[in-house]
Amino acid sequence: MIDGVIALYIFMLAAFTGYEVISRVPVILHTPLMSGSNFVHGIVLVGAMVALASADSTLARVIGSIGVFLAAGNAVGGYVVTERMLRMFVSTGKNKGHRP
Amino acid sequence: MSGATMSAGTLVQLSYLIAAALFILGLKRMSSPVTAVSGVRWAGLGMLLATIVTIVFMGASRLDLILVLIAALVGGGLAWVSGKRVAMTDMPQMIALYNGMGGGAAAAIAAVELYRGGSANATHMTIALIGGFIGSVSFSGSLIAFGKLQGLITKSVRFGGQKLVNLAILVATLALGATIVAQSPAAAPVVSGFFVGALLLGVAMTLPIGGADMPVVISLYNALTGLAVGFEGFVLDNAAMIIAGTVVGAAGTLLTQLMAKAMNRSLGNVLFANFGETGAASGGTATGTQKPIEASDAGVMLAFSQKVIVVPGYGMAVAQAQHKVWELCQLLIDRGVQVRFAIHPVAGRMPGHMNVLLAEAGVPYELIADLDEVNSEFETADAALIIGANDVVNPDARNNRQSPIYGMPILNADKAKNVIVIKRGQGQGFSGIDNALFGLDQTRMLYGDAQSAVSQLIHAVKAAG
Repeated sequence: MIDGVIALYIFMLAAFTGYEVISRVPVILHTPLMSGSNFVHGIVLVGAMVALASADSTLARVIGSIGVFLAAGNAVGGYVVTERMLRMFVSTGKNKGHRP
Repeated sequence: MSGATMSAGTLVQLSYLIAAALFILGLKRMSSPVTAVSGVRWAGLGMLLATIVTIVFMGASRLDLILVLIAALVGGGLAWVSGKRVAMTDMPQMIALYNGMGGGAAAAIAAVELYRGGSANATHMTIALIGGFIGSVSFSGSLIAFGKLQGLITKSVRFGGQKLVNLAILVATLALGATIVAQSPAAAPVVSGFFVGALLLGVAMTLPIGGADMPVVISLYNALTGLAVGFEGFVLDNAAMIIAGTVVGAAGTLLTQLMAKAMNRSLGNVLFANFGETGAASGGTATGTQKPIEASDAGVMLAFSQKVIVVPGYGMAVAQAQHKVWELCQLLIDRGVQVRFAIHPVAGRMPGHMNVLLAEAGVPYELIADLDEVNSEFETADAALIIGANDVVNPDARNNRQSPIYGMPILNADKAKNVIVIKRGQGQGFSGIDNALFGLDQTRMLYGDAQSAVSQLIHAVKAAG
């Protein structure tokens, strides 16, 4: 159980962390970064699974299943597109040595 | 029994702690191109760990476990296939789609809690409601954004009194939310009405926004989904969700501000005043006529330049011309021409989108320069080659106070000795604003699709011998 005030502390520290981490990212990485942060909130998957597991009615099971479906799409899709984009940056980095 | 439950609970909490740490580490590593790919992999590892530990220890019944696995495999499988297949140019709308799904999931968690009538704790209910509201708006809004960028929705729906209608939906939805907290447990129809209202608001807010502003909106919804996930994390006592959601909420808000700033718009302006309205009202000061040029002449001009600055825009991306452009530039480099790529912060459909496309084509980093680096170099360039870019090179943003884009930072392509503009036709660009650059004395227009125009240039440069 997370106490109310402790939760607020977590909230505050996480907000500053997010702000600080992003403020040092160069413009060229903004699209992959938006995609990457989109992947990170895919953690909603664990919440959706817990909500479905605690379902006590058919309605709750239906909504919970939709939630898990959507969350899994967020997490997996977010990961796949971010990784694809960032891999390209690595390959151009390696190409550096071959330029005239 | 209780000892075993305790240790399982501790194990789950520890895995969430590790996951949260890996998310922050991952985002940090994404701040440099060299470590970026390892960053997303670390974050992925954290996600995998948290997911597996949750499935093992959440104590679901057999039926629920089967439902969880089916839903996760179907949703994850579809996203895997679509994510692998999507073209790099279509990346912005895919991010919108996946982001919308996350918002929908957060709303679903809230719905499960609220339909249950759940806790009598008013704070608990209110937090679940706020998360559900934000998640629903982000879900339906992101789907509209996806539809617009994908070309499924082509019209920007605007009508008189639209803001009043949106306000009415907002007030009604909030009133239903207040009723839910007051009644506790609330009747199912009230809960349903609340979610329908929130979903409707997301649609109504997003429909009037023009395509050019969509990246800012997607970024905003990304931040909102993060917040919604954070709120639902409070409801479920899940520290990983609180931390990850809040980090994304803060980071996404900053990113949204940076984007809006790069476009010289305030966020309120993007959301509540529509670009088309202000843009069409006051015309530019496009003096002079547009002077066309043949590809052969343009090719010779490039071939015998000492320094060429390429300004790629969305027109290059839709024509999938980035590979051809790089081929052309390699020819020029082999002839001893100094080539630079100048990237405006909002080139493409999102900040950094153009860099991804050029990276895909194999353009090395050191040739790519951003606005601050390259703007002083235009004066020494023999030619600026504008490929499918428009507003970001419009000198009106510097000179004409009447222009709707006045004050927006631009690439000073008009300072180059010669300017070649590859453009599909004589019409206005995406924003509907006249471009003063096109009428300048040193500017020549090469009409045509970027792909074929650049191919012709390649032939011309080869023929130049």
